[in-house]
Amino acid sequence: MRSLWKLTCMEMKLFLRDPAAVFFSLGFPLMVMVLFGSMFGNRPIRDLGGKGFVDRMIPGYTAMVIGTTGLVSLATVVSSYREKGVFRRQLATPLRPPVILAAQVLVHFVMTAAGMAILVVIGELVYGLRLQGSLINVLPAFVLSSLSIFGLGFVLASVMATARSAQTSSMVVYFPMMFLSGSVIPMPLPETVQRYAQVLPLTHVVNLLRGLWEGGAWSAHLKEVGFLAGLLVVCVIVSAKTFRWE
Amino acid sequence: MLRETDMDEEKAKRSERNVAVRVERLRKTYNSVVAADDVSFDVHEAEIFGMVGPNGAGKTTTIECIEGLRRPDSGNIRVFDLDPRRDGYALRARIGVQLQQSALQERIKVWEAMELFASFYSRAADWRALLEQLGLTEKRNAAFESLSGGQRQRLFVALALVNDPELVFFDELTTGLDPHARRAMWELVRGIREKGKTVFLTTHFMEEAERLCDRVAIMDRGRIVALDTPENLIRSLGAENRVVFTVEGPFDPQPLCRLPGVTRVETIGERIVVYGRGDMVVVEVVNALASKRIPFRDLRTEQPNLEDVFLTVTGHEMRD
Repeated sequence: MRSLWKLTCMEMKLFLRDPAAVFFSLGFPLMVMVLFGSMFGNRPIRDLGGKGFVDRMIPGYTAMVIGTTGLVSLATVVSSYREKGVFRRQLATPLRPPVILAAQVLVHFVMTAAGMAILVVIGELVYGLRLQGSLINVLPAFVLSSLSIFGLGFVLASVMATARSAQTSSMVVYFPMMFLSGSVIPMPLPETVQRYAQVLPLTHVVNLLRGLWEGGAWSAHLKEVGFLAGLLVVCVIVSAKTFRWE
Repeated sequence: MLRETDMDEEKAKRSERNVAVRVERLRKTYNSVVAADDVSFDVHEAEIFGMVGPNGAGKTTTIECIEGLRRPDSGNIRVFDLDPRRDGYALRARIGVQLQQSALQERIKVWEAMELFASFYSRAADWRALLEQLGLTEKRNAAFESLSGGQRQRLFVALALVNDPELVFFDELTTGLDPHARRAMWELVRGIREKGKTVFLTTHFMEEAERLCDRVAIMDRGRIVALDTPENLIRSLGAENRVVFTVEGPFDPQPLCRLPGVTRVETIGERIVVYGRGDMVVVEVVNALASKRIPFRDLRTEQPNLEDVFLTVTGHEMRD
């Protein structure tokens, strides 16, 4: 346990020392929120069912944080540690392999949660957020969403041969997903695009978070929950079978 | 009768206690490449055991099987009383490992790496003293990515010692070090042995093996082709010392051939090589040249070394 704590703290420090990781996980979603917020404000809009624009979009920005941290950052860190031999060196100590991976999951989860917290706090201070659902519902949905997307990040880190290809492929997966899932684009997408977007994990993350954030019930989101839970299981199995330490 | 049994038992017990590592018939292949083939040897406690051979000889494979980082195809390995495959974690708590190829996180600082690795073990050495000993104190706040090759190597040696291990593995200990740092590293390794600990190192510098190791295994193409103390290995060659010098003008080798201890004389242009056994050969040769007033220059003696042993037992030179 002490090793896990120490390693997680160290990895956290290292994450915070990487300007790119910090900017894309914590800064960029905030920038997007403030940008659109300054354009549209957060007054109740009839078309949005009386919700403000920022209210409507904050679950999407949260999905964005999950995507950058869980997909891009996690896949990049894990694959580069493997490629450089960081894992090799750690495995030559009494450290248990699950501890090494758990530290990465913990760090990225904490950073994702921090990214969401920043959005909510700034959103509340600047735009007076109206959370209609309850945090007790939103938080488990956030955990499930994060873990599923992390799983995808691990799969990319496992199946890609080099750190470079893992990073590139994570971006190739992430960026179209960011736009098509409705996570940053406020307007409803054309029907056809929406249909295709149903295969994208981030779409389900956005729908689940948005639904619960706006006071929906879990029972209304069984499709999303099923999709994300299924994705998590598949990703864990695929990673377990394909992950290499070196 | 009783006494004899006692003595045998005593001897058996002593040799049992003295073995830190026992490798029996180790075999490891990668696809169709045989990296280690029927490798057997013991490493004794409190010795510096060296494994030498060219790159690709199977040294790293062997060492990493012993450390429990690789799974042998077949064979038996015991380290202390542990099986590296089954008791890997318990084993790695007691050993120190410097890998040939590894890295740390780019932005981790030297002191952070030491503190982090120390936290992985229940028993820890004073890592500040280790940094001092390895000349890294000034670099304690430097990020890993900013260190030079030699500094990284020294940091990895410090990390290998952070748990005050009973047995330390150094894979290519001094690669990338300048001559000064290399000598300092040899001193450090001897110091580890003085504390009663065991050192297992690999190197492809024959001189390092000869000067530093108590016993040396020569490895070539996945097999151990010779194993003994450096002195015994060299003596087993039965090779002659050589006295080499240069003369000007015509030279008759016959008188030198008749000197006691001299076995033969080679003339290569102006260069004369006198082969002989015993420590007096050089004196005999110099006396003979002086008494016959033959002018000579650049006289030196050459003793056979591990390089010659390698050449003899493998039939080829060390590549690179």
